Amino acid sequence: MDQIATRDAYGKALKELGMTNEDIIVLDADLSKSTKTADFQKVKPNHFINVGIAEQNLMGIAAGIAATGKIPFASTFAMFATGRAFEIIRNSIAYPKLNVKIVATHSGITVGEDGGSHAAIEDISLMRSVPNMTVIVPADGVETEKVIKKIVEYNGPVYVRLGRSKVPVIYDDSYEFEIGKFSILREGTDVSIIACGIMVSKALEAAEKLAQNGIMAEVINASTIKPFDAKTVLDSVQKTKCVVTVEEHNIYGGLGSAVSEVLCCNYPAPLEMVGVMDVFGESGSPDELLEKFKLTSTEIINKVDIVIKRK
Amino acid sequence: MNNILIEEKAKEIRREIIKMLGEAKSGHPGGSLSGADIIAALYYKEMKIDPARPDWEDRDRFILSKGHAAPLLYSVLALKGYFDIDILKTLRKTGSILQGHPDMRKVPGVEMSTGSLGQGFSAAVGMALSFKLYNKSNRVYALLGDGECQEGIIWEAAMAAAHYDLDNLVAILDNNGLQIDGKCSEVMCLGSLANKWHAFGFHVISIDGHNVEEIVNALEEAKTVKGRPTLILAKTIKGKGVSFMEDKAEWHGSAPNMEQVEQALEELK
Repeated sequence: MDQIATRDAYGKALKELGMTNEDIIVLDADLSKSTKTADFQKVKPNHFINVGIAEQNLMGIAAGIAATGKIPFASTFAMFATGRAFEIIRNSIAYPKLNVKIVATHSGITVGEDGGSHAAIEDISLMRSVPNMTVIVPADGVETEKVIKKIVEYNGPVYVRLGRSKVPVIYDDSYEFEIGKFSILREGTDVSIIACGIMVSKALEAAEKLAQNGIMAEVINASTIKPFDAKTVLDSVQKTKCVVTVEEHNIYGGLGSAVSEVLCCNYPAPLEMVGVMDVFGESGSPDELLEKFKLTSTEIINKVDIVIKRK
Repeated sequence: MNNILIEEKAKEIRREIIKMLGEAKSGHPGGSLSGADIIAALYYKEMKIDPARPDWEDRDRFILSKGHAAPLLYSVLALKGYFDIDILKTLRKTGSILQGHPDMRKVPGVEMSTGSLGQGFSAAVGMALSFKLYNKSNRVYALLGDGECQEGIIWEAAMAAAHYDLDNLVAILDNNGLQIDGKCSEVMCLGSLANKWHAFGFHVISIDGHNVEEIVNALEEAKTVKGRPTLILAKTIKGKGVSFMEDKAEWHGSAPNMEQVEQALEELK
């Protein structure tokens, strides 16, 4: 299977947009080579703005640019975008519903060697709690490209969560992304596995192994965390009667919480979560960290076994 | 409009601020009154605007970065005809378009939602940057508080404005010397604001912020500056125009009662 980092796909999509859309301005805070906005800078240098190491001002300037009718993409690491600049995003972007695309890379524990200070495990939770904000977590490079092109057509603030490491490509080019619509990657009747981001490929891996033991898992890619596709989740769980959520994010406030909210209010069903168990990340290679933090297909299978017994 | 008429408009703005805050029973009179002469010069002389077309593409932009002075902005917008002047009575009331701090989605003429200090200036820099990038002639004016300059984002934004040669940006600093907890110099000393802004790459013009001629001349001078942004350091008096409010930190965030409203309006005749 091909492997592409979602940040690389972001750079590619921006480059294409830069050549066709004169309204796009890309901003970065001294991380352009890491976030891949430098790829855009190469083709459209006069539409690229580096604000230096100043994430609050990154968001404020993006808000101002949006207020003039242009489409700013603001990029930095997820930690600094949603953590340090949270209140600027809240008050200057989301509150006035300005058309700013916040695309953050290096999310989750797979930021790797940089360690816990740089591993955002709270960003989905933070962004999801802000009114007017759309939150998208693409699963692979193909989806990332589709997402980046799609959000240009939408007028409003969007947070896109991308990663540093290479992840397997699960979609082909025929895939059509729609904001607020989950996609069912594999149909099943015994359990719903609802995953986002880099964990979607792990969920597919788990489902494959489960099938060998006669357990038919339905795998859903919950790429738009907000607005949440309650219908797809409810339709699936009404069929399977139990759920495992999977995310590279704290189990508090992220995808697991979003699924729980919808189920508890509409169709209570047994649910287990795979995610970061309310601890900070640490240094290490991304793959070793995924093992250490139990973000693996084996752990998904363990949780499936538990949740099926709870039915 | 000549300077004497601008002074009259400033007085009119002050009267509306007092009436509005009396009705609302809460809000920020001190920092609203201190900026009245500045905002009158901007809206009645300096800026290219058309109240009948608040979305006119070629308009200049005014950003009230010190968003708590919302009554100042609302007064001038109402007097200019952006919305019915009777609406001023609804300030801070449930269902009103006039929120405690300006909301660009509710009020015609408000260019940016502000209130959380420092952010308006950052957005103003973004606007100026965008206009420059697309070779537009729109100018951007931001009114800042001195206490507001304690926010780190102000200096991040200042650095960027100078780095990107934003000569279409004018920041006006309403330097009344007071903030909620007392004198700026005692709460968190700002040192020499003129030196700081100069060091950050701005062309600095120091004026008396209640002298309309000086304000108008400074705004003219700013237009001749090329390659860098301008900071007009306007020395003002908090609560200016109402004797019992002048230079008193306690009038930062409390509204006058009916008796005080009458007394203030008497002084502002």
